[in-house]
Amino acid sequence: MNNFSYKKASSVQEAVGQVSGHSEACFIAGGTNLIDLMKYNVAKADALVDLNTITENHEISEREDGGIRLGAFVSNNDTAYHPLITERYPLLNRAILAGATGQIRNMATNGGNLLQRTRCYYFYDINTPCNKREPGSGCSAIGGYNRIMAILGESENCIAVFPSDMCVALSALSATVNVSGPDGERSIPFVDFHRLPGDTPELDNNLRHGEVITSIDLPPKGFSQNYSYLKLRDRNSYAFALVSVAMGLELENNRIKEARIALGGVAHKPWRVVEAELFLENKEVNEESLGQAADIILKGATGYGHNDFKIDLAKRAIIRNGLMALNPAETQLPGAVPN
Amino acid sequence: MSFCVYTFNPAAMLTENAPILPKTERSFDTKSITLTVNGKPRELNVMPWVSLLDALREYIGLTGTKKGCDHGQCGACTVLCDGKRILSCLTLATMKEGAEITTIEGIAPSDTDLHPLQKAFIENDAFQCGYCTPGQICSAIGMLQEGKAHSREEVKELMSGNLCRCGANVYIIDAIMEGIK
Repeated sequence: MNNFSYKKASSVQEAVGQVSGHSEACFIAGGTNLIDLMKYNVAKADALVDLNTITENHEISEREDGGIRLGAFVSNNDTAYHPLITERYPLLNRAILAGATGQIRNMATNGGNLLQRTRCYYFYDINTPCNKREPGSGCSAIGGYNRIMAILGESENCIAVFPSDMCVALSALSATVNVSGPDGERSIPFVDFHRLPGDTPELDNNLRHGEVITSIDLPPKGFSQNYSYLKLRDRNSYAFALVSVAMGLELENNRIKEARIALGGVAHKPWRVVEAELFLENKEVNEESLGQAADIILKGATGYGHNDFKIDLAKRAIIRNGLMALNPAETQLPGAVPN
Repeated sequence: MSFCVYTFNPAAMLTENAPILPKTERSFDTKSITLTVNGKPRELNVMPWVSLLDALREYIGLTGTKKGCDHGQCGACTVLCDGKRILSCLTLATMKEGAEITTIEGIAPSDTDLHPLQKAFIENDAFQCGYCTPGQICSAIGMLQEGKAHSREEVKELMSGNLCRCGANVYIIDAIMEGIK
């Protein structure tokens, strides 16, 4: 880890001012990903500005429109277990608890969860080329061991996947990310927050340098009656998703009135295809309709050899998760073991 | 008191409200912080990059908290911070200024008695080499305080951040289940 200076921020404005003028300065909140990356010399900030000492954005509150605001500095565990979340957005509770461990979720913040970086082995290994870590150096995953890599939205420069579980649910719930920066405040729809690698895989998202996430807004609709988060991975706990699916269904007379489906572990961002959600409207929830929706979502998916299995796995996960969403009381048992 | 040798340059020292200076005009200095560790205030002079884990082990001398992977993957460094279980390897000591830290050395009610979970670990043969045990016990205390684990399956899931390479996991869960009954 390189040497750096450290400063506690007392307000968002002060933090933004400290970081925006210095290209190598960086915010720190939970630190669970940043400190790890700094220990591997993947991240090299020369100044850290601590956001934990800011007094605002530490709570979860109800909004006038009937939705919920998640403070950016609230921990993942406090968010998952908050009564407003467990009652009205159980899909978010399930997704958060499917990720990391009790200790990490006590430290990691909501803002930081959105900003965590890929767990691509080559990104972490500073001895190998990686366009995300060192733009222009090449992608070691293409032609390398690619079992965990992307099947959708990837580019010839990067096939890494975004690792968050929480963000898969936030995408399905159509959340909004509120940020504050040197040019003032702005709100970014969740689907536009993260980006595809294209020619600039070093950029994970559309946040500009010096901008800080202050809160995340959830719209009133929480799909608390019919929802499911299914995470498939190499072991039952504390592993990143090979494929995960967040689904919320609104049903009327046994037919789908509105569907939301987002996939994790398959792309550089949570993968959501509105066309598939519209296709499901007025359809019954069964293997056939879900399979057809899965085909729309996975259109154009390509494997790189070791990860070919993800295409079939994703389709089966979408079907299985849709059926699970019919009966959350039975299928969404505590813990992360898939039912 | 400093355990690292760096040039001390008071003129270039960052004050609380000073802006971050360009790299060339800056030096890195120790910062005096106070942590309450196992009920006792400890004043430390640490560089910003010293982890809480290293502060506990190398600066305070409390070596009960173990460094396993130093990357947040094994849970051996688990301590309680203001009552919540965290990984001391993935946080900076300076970020925990003013916090109350409890380590394995601070959980027993007295010098002659053990914490109920320590007793349960012994009675259930819940370790072999013992290296992961301080982290297991601190994590279990934190988990029990969270109050979300009721069944054996839930304990397994919520303790998944603590690895045991000796494979004593079955007995570790047995020991923790005694704390739930």
